[in-house]
Amino acid sequence: MGKEQSAMVLSISPHIKSKESVRRIMLSVIITLLPAVGYSIYQFGLHALFMYCISVATCLVSEWVVVRLRKRPFSLRDGSAIVTGILLAMVLPPKFPLYGVVLGAVVAIVIGKQIFGGVGYNIFNPALIGRAFLAATYPVFISSYVQPRMALDAVSQATPLAAMKFEGVMTSYRALFLGGTGGSLGETSALFLLVGAVYLLVKKYIKWRIPLSIFLTVAVLGEIFHLINPAKYPDPLFHLFAGGLMIGALYMATDMVTSPITKRGSVIFGCGIGVLVVFIRLLGGLPEGVMYAILFMNAFVPLINRATKPKIFGTGGRDER
Amino acid sequence: MSLFTFKGGIHPPYEKELAKGSPIQTAGLPKSLTIPLVQHIGAPCAPVVEAGDVVKKGQLLGKGESFVSAPVHASASGKVKRIEKSLHPLGQPVLSVVLEPDGNEETAYMTPMGGDPGTLDPEAVKARVKDAGIVGLGGATFPAHVKFSPPKDKPIDTFILNGCECEPYLTADHRTMLERTDDMLLGAKMIGRILNVRRIIVAVENNKKDAIETCKKSAHAEGVEFSVTATKYPQGGEKMLIKAVLGREVPSGGLPMDVGVVVSNVGTAVAVCEAVRDGKPLIERVLTVTGNAAKSPGNWLVKIGTPIGEVVEQAGGTTGTVGKLIIGGPMMGIAQSSFEVPVIKGTSGILLLREEAYMKEGYLPCIKCSFCVQVCPTRLLPSRLSVLAEAEAWEKMEEYGVNDCIECGSCAYVCPSKRPIVQLVKAAKIKVREIKKRENA
Repeated sequence: MGKEQSAMVLSISPHIKSKESVRRIMLSVIITLLPAVGYSIYQFGLHALFMYCISVATCLVSEWVVVRLRKRPFSLRDGSAIVTGILLAMVLPPKFPLYGVVLGAVVAIVIGKQIFGGVGYNIFNPALIGRAFLAATYPVFISSYVQPRMALDAVSQATPLAAMKFEGVMTSYRALFLGGTGGSLGETSALFLLVGAVYLLVKKYIKWRIPLSIFLTVAVLGEIFHLINPAKYPDPLFHLFAGGLMIGALYMATDMVTSPITKRGSVIFGCGIGVLVVFIRLLGGLPEGVMYAILFMNAFVPLINRATKPKIFGTGGRDER
Repeated sequence: MSLFTFKGGIHPPYEKELAKGSPIQTAGLPKSLTIPLVQHIGAPCAPVVEAGDVVKKGQLLGKGESFVSAPVHASASGKVKRIEKSLHPLGQPVLSVVLEPDGNEETAYMTPMGGDPGTLDPEAVKARVKDAGIVGLGGATFPAHVKFSPPKDKPIDTFILNGCECEPYLTADHRTMLERTDDMLLGAKMIGRILNVRRIIVAVENNKKDAIETCKKSAHAEGVEFSVTATKYPQGGEKMLIKAVLGREVPSGGLPMDVGVVVSNVGTAVAVCEAVRDGKPLIERVLTVTGNAAKSPGNWLVKIGTPIGEVVEQAGGTTGTVGKLIIGGPMMGIAQSSFEVPVIKGTSGILLLREEAYMKEGYLPCIKCSFCVQVCPTRLLPSRLSVLAEAEAWEKMEEYGVNDCIECGSCAYVCPSKRPIVQLVKAAKIKVREIKKRENA
């Protein structure tokens, strides 16, 4: 023994690591999104498939180019660009033009993520940055919805939220839950999103406090409004299953990078989103407010983290991380 | 029955099956012993022998003038070849006595004091602990007599004998509890005598069923309490153990004595028993040779100063390419560059891990998954600390409790970005200390 062992690694403890990795987390997110993705392709046809492909491909290419330009060692292997690509397509209307998808994906990666320093450093959810950009540049396209193949409730061309807000027409819960209403690619079926998210919750890849506090806040606030004026304001169940709330609460607000790291912080973050969603939906000018609510609360995450810093062991506080 | 435990922590693969069934074997006399004059936290020892001297087993080799120091003794009879700076498991070369054993095993122990704790003079026992060079054998190597000398205004009511052995792979404490039960309990009662405590509690993780069975019976007969804790890393950390067993939280920046508790490792208790009853100084210890690159994992009683390589040879050698040689366990042990380093008082294990890709992998930015926040036993924000360390924001790190970090490594273990959080924290602690020093100067 001696010389031949000179290649022994000298890193600092711990010398064993769990099997968790960024790649594994991202792959899990991708896999759990697939049922909802598949269902939306079935509902909206080939164009939806193209949207997903173009969005993911553009995200990967943009990421690759920027990483090269910044001379960073990080490769595409972590899979985070694929997640952004899929999520961006999921929050766009079914017939969104493909060149628009390309533009949105470039903005999502370059402005939403890489400008801040790449994976881990971004403040805002990249996919939502992409969508916000498209909402500002293509206001007509972003609000043009078509009915899915299996329309369970063919009341109008509008989304359930727009129908509620501008026409006072309600959509059935069955249609909302199972999917079969107008809306963005990924927001038409609450069921498939929930199924996927359960796995992530079990694996603790998403912090359950965030979606739960969003749902509870929306339900309670929605109920209050509903009690005040049932004719004008929908009941809480409608709020929960309509529009982007499911995908937003389960997949956007729970993005690790852009959500708080403490338990109390997660609750504050979720409640904030819930309040904003209900206010924008019922009192604001837009039919849907999930995107802006999340982006707005993203900006407060550093502050929330600082304010909810746990009391260190032995300083008299309770365990409240 | 609900188990005692703390909040946070992790469940790594324990890999105790490798060595836990193998009884303690006595390692043979090596050709040469290298006995460092620093094997403890505190002032180094000055040699009291010279090259060419013939020494007996147990004879004093070096001692320090300071109170916080622990003398070292010859672990075999033989001739002092030289006194020189040699490799040390903690990294920095240390002045060491190189001894060539003559095989006679002639002893020069101290006078036995008897084995009845009830009749012993506490002060004499404490002095014996000091003279025997006993340090914390769990790995921290803090001189035991210092730990057993709390100031008058900090009365100790409970002594906890730590048999948790929460580090994966290691089974030396487990075997000690099984095979040296009586000596261990006797040692614990001697320590209890020094501290004048009301309660002595043996704490063991519930993954050591046979040890619990064996110890419980004897403990009750001796009037010693027994506490079974949950199997969770780092259950054996002093602060976590005290919280689990007594519900007391050691204040930030404080010591167990601040809440009236002293915690010692089971091996330390055996060493105290031998020093008091038999007059034997701390010249050997039980350690585990294990890991997936160890041919036949097992537990060995090894003379202090034996080169690691010789212990590994005697234990059957290695298999495959050794990617890492670790002194201690996989969570807090120290990686070595050479098999020449000697076994010292704090060497609880020799862990041989086969070369694997992850050992050389780089790391990614923090993705704020908060896994580390949930497992940190001291409720820090390890992710934040690691980012602040990269930004060299040392003052800010102090505000975020960097000095409260016990370096257990739970955060780095769960980190999906594989960030070297402990490494960053260790470096930051040194920086923070430097800044403090400059401010006070």
